[in-house]
Amino acid sequence: MRFTKDHEWVTLEGDIATIGISAHAAEQLGDVVFVETPEVGKSFKAGDSFAVVESVKAASDVYAPISGEVVDANTVLGDAPETVNADPENGGWFAKVKVADAGEYDALMDRAAYEAFLATQ
Amino acid sequence: MRYLPLTADDRTRMLGVIGAADIDALFVDVPAAARKKDVFDLPRHAGELEVERELAALSAMSRSAGAGPFFCGAGAYRHHVPATVDHIIQRSEFLTSYTPYQPEIAQGTLQVLFEFQTQVAALTGLDVANASMYDGSTACAEAVMMAKRVTRREKAILSGGLHPHYAATTQTIAHAEGMNIVRQGAAIDAEAAVIDAIDAETACVVVQTPNVFGVVTDVTKIAEAAHAAGALLIVVTTEVVSFGLLKSPGEMGADIAVAEGQSIGNALNYGGPYVGLFAVREKLVRQMPGRVCGETLDADGRRGFVLTLSTREQHIRRDKATSNICTNSGLCALAFTIHMTLLGGAGLRQLAQVNHSRARELKAAVEAVGLEVLTPRFFNEIAVRVPGAAAALVEALLGDGVIAGVPYSRLDPHAGLDDILLLAATETTTSEDIAALSAALIRRLGQ
Amino acid sequence: MTMNAVGRPTRPEGSIETTGFKSLTGARALLQDEPLIFELGGWDKTGVDLDEAGHDASDLSGLTRGNVPLPGLSEPETMRHFVRLSQKNHAIDLALYPLGSCTMKHNPRLNEKAARMAGFADLHPLQPVSTTQGALELMDRLAHWLKTLTAMPAVAMTPKAGAHGELCGLLCIRAAHEAAGQAARRTVLVPTSAHGTNPATAAFVGYSVQEIAQTPDGRVDLADLEAKLGPHVAAIMVTNPNTCGLFERDILEISRLTHAAGAYFYCDGANFNAIVGRVRPGDLGVDAMHINLHKTFSTPHGGGGPGAGPVVLSAALAPFAPAPWVVHGPDGLHLVEEPAAEAVQAFGRMSAFQGQMGMFVRAYAYMRSHGADGLRQVAEDAVLNANYIKARLSGEMSAAFPDGPCMHEALFDDAWLDGTGVTTLDFAKAMIDEGFHPMTMYFPLVVHGAMLIEPTETESKRELDRFCDALLALAAAAKAGDTQRFTGAPHLAPLRRLDETLAARKPRLAWRPEPISVAPTPLAAE
Repeated sequence: MRFTKDHEWVTLEGDIATIGISAHAAEQLGDVVFVETPEVGKSFKAGDSFAVVESVKAASDVYAPISGEVVDANTVLGDAPETVNADPENGGWFAKVKVADAGEYDALMDRAAYEAFLATQ
Repeated sequence: MRYLPLTADDRTRMLGVIGAADIDALFVDVPAAARKKDVFDLPRHAGELEVERELAALSAMSRSAGAGPFFCGAGAYRHHVPATVDHIIQRSEFLTSYTPYQPEIAQGTLQVLFEFQTQVAALTGLDVANASMYDGSTACAEAVMMAKRVTRREKAILSGGLHPHYAATTQTIAHAEGMNIVRQGAAIDAEAAVIDAIDAETACVVVQTPNVFGVVTDVTKIAEAAHAAGALLIVVTTEVVSFGLLKSPGEMGADIAVAEGQSIGNALNYGGPYVGLFAVREKLVRQMPGRVCGETLDADGRRGFVLTLSTREQHIRRDKATSNICTNSGLCALAFTIHMTLLGGAGLRQLAQVNHSRARELKAAVEAVGLEVLTPRFFNEIAVRVPGAAAALVEALLGDGVIAGVPYSRLDPHAGLDDILLLAATETTTSEDIAALSAALIRRLGQ
Repeated sequence: MTMNAVGRPTRPEGSIETTGFKSLTGARALLQDEPLIFELGGWDKTGVDLDEAGHDASDLSGLTRGNVPLPGLSEPETMRHFVRLSQKNHAIDLALYPLGSCTMKHNPRLNEKAARMAGFADLHPLQPVSTTQGALELMDRLAHWLKTLTAMPAVAMTPKAGAHGELCGLLCIRAAHEAAGQAARRTVLVPTSAHGTNPATAAFVGYSVQEIAQTPDGRVDLADLEAKLGPHVAAIMVTNPNTCGLFERDILEISRLTHAAGAYFYCDGANFNAIVGRVRPGDLGVDAMHINLHKTFSTPHGGGGPGAGPVVLSAALAPFAPAPWVVHGPDGLHLVEEPAAEAVQAFGRMSAFQGQMGMFVRAYAYMRSHGADGLRQVAEDAVLNANYIKARLSGEMSAAFPDGPCMHEALFDDAWLDGTGVTTLDFAKAMIDEGFHPMTMYFPLVVHGAMLIEPTETESKRELDRFCDALLALAAAAKAGDTQRFTGAPHLAPLRRLDETLAARKPRLAWRPEPISVAPTPLAAE
């Protein structure tokens, strides 16, 4: 699993990346009340605004950590947005993306680097 | 000065606690060049009696709607408002409270807003409503911009029966936000003409019923055409009493209903403050602008109400907010809710029937003096063709003490409809008023 | 993702005991437990007596609906329902309402009386202008006062609230740039401490928003402003006095730099109450400023509106003001509603009619009562009261900007709560139990755990002392470890803390017969 400085995570299996927000981000947001996942079929470049996550106290844009085309979105979040709090780095995934350039994945932080980054915040 | 409690002695003692030599020491950050030493060239303070006299004199300079026969509509309507309404909205706890950001000590305002939202949803036949907008015209502009967010398309088609001031407001505000606004030419009975203009870029069509010419339209077919093209139907209503009798926007397939709520609970006020109603289908709720009140529970499990979905709003979302709206029209919404509570569904229906009945009487009287009524299906308002300019006729009839409606040219001088006069009747219009209009028309038109 | 942690964290702490005694009905003496109107049984009732309709609606066959599914109540039931609800509200008529940035001052009842005079309240916006001369005269006099108090040559009267005024001002600015061939200016600079409406409005008009840094003493960072100004900048939006309650000392330099870069200076006038009668925005280089009549000029807030937000304009922007406006003619006053002939540069129309007449009457009555001399005293007393609170509380609470005077509001941070286990929110909720409305919290965003206190000029020294004594006692309790007083607060309000998560996850925005689920949503780990 890799992370961005903007607190998204990515896993990569073959050319399919799964994307969500980190446990740290979910904790900072507080109770998540709504998630707008991206439409299947849309393409994003790394850094594009890609989804929206709302808690009672904040609404935040989620940026695509990696470029590609959306092939699946997590419909569970529509009825149960609290999954993002309960299981942020697994069941609370946002979308799966068919990746254009796997090199982008390798350029992201691993968990140790991300935790070191958080410690500086 | 009667509104200022501090005495000279208080001020001296307080400056002492602060450690400031004088009041000027507290304004030290103001650049010296901008400090005004003198009192401005404006009148000095005045006692209550003096101010009341000045305002009463100004008030007496105008001829109020209730002072004689009166037939203006076109987006604002004179109705009887029960005395209870004005008494309740002047209670300190409603009048002098702020936006209910602390729900534990604002349940009065919040429960009223929840009741208001429920009433608006029921009247418009839609699922949910917000806690009010500034007025109907700004609600219309907000609806068009909401359609852009929902459909991610930028074209809005406005019917030729939409109130010209609503169209102009929408054009100004939604155009500023980058939308392509297509206004159809003024047309008395052609709401359905928007169907032919719908294309794959269309975010929404905006139609009005009853429209500015008073024409009632079943917009079901327009809804079907819009939906087939992936566009939204926005239905505008400026006379909300019509909701007591006519098919609701939701029943006819509207996705968003906006309305001017002034007719229920609110005075004419020379154009404001009014109260915009805004209702949508459930699935669109997170794109709805403005404040929304929702039901929840408190720490002891008791039901209560809070402002909710506020992450859409400007104070949190800032430059990504659904709208820049902050203030709404809370006290006017309260007046609406109280009046609507007194009426109930049964009373509103009766009120609507009385309005329609008065308008039928008005139509018959106008036809009896030989004028052509152009509105085929009306609620309480009709468009009439007059010989010559309608504006000149209205001015002439003032000489008979009659305010004989709104010349269409006042709303849209470039439409080439200078001979169209818009006339409305409500429960406040008496048979004597209508007889006075008939007599004056006969005198002026030489019959 | 953006980690925007702005806002009020809100959820009930479920387990704290309330006061022991409970009535059998749920009522608390004068406080009634009042159901919704939909639960009072009036489904076929009405509280009005109407004439019989003389004609039926047979001509509308196929266009009519079935019954309107709403209950009605008789007049006494209606009166009780709403009076009972009113008693669950805090109000400025009950106690100090220290919401920073909101200017909750006394609302004189003369103004209410005047606004209801038939020559203002019972006028139709489209009746002939020859029959509305008194109303137009009042608008003209009010405009004169606003222009004189601000030293600005023009005012657009139609905006219906502050944010609507901001929109009007920015549309004037955009139109002026377009007319000058400067349409490429697409950026608006906004300080980090700005009201949320500023960036929201700029974005709404299609501008991109860039933030200007703030200096450690709470003002606009001039070097940062200068670095960010350029040929792409359309305007700056600066609140003055700013949202930290401080006057922008370098205001003249801010406007000079802005104008030198070819941009306009929009001033958010929300805090005009601090300087009215003493300082004129026109002397500071402002090009456009909205004036919240519901703040500075005391028109009532009414539980969230209506407001009114006229915008004063510099000579450069005046030609672009929206229709309609009042002009003097040989036979009296006229209303220019379709400016095509008179002023082709007007950018359009902000709303259907000529503005918030009801608010104009109230604001004018207020100005006439105070006069030029009284308004100057308003600013002085507002600033004096805020500085008095700042001086009295600074021993126990930490002022965000301790050096120098504040203007009309005193800003504290939450450093003084460190180690107490009490947050700004808890402290605010405990104020409710002591009979006061909380101050503005967590705003401005630039100060941690911000508490922004604006007393206004209409508080007596006795009420200010009562307020300060209450806050000092609370502060002492927080530091003494009496945490439960805060974390469970409010204990004595009509309701305890409300579950905003439950409200937002499964929104119930209209009444339904089935009760809301009794189990509050499980809380996420904090």
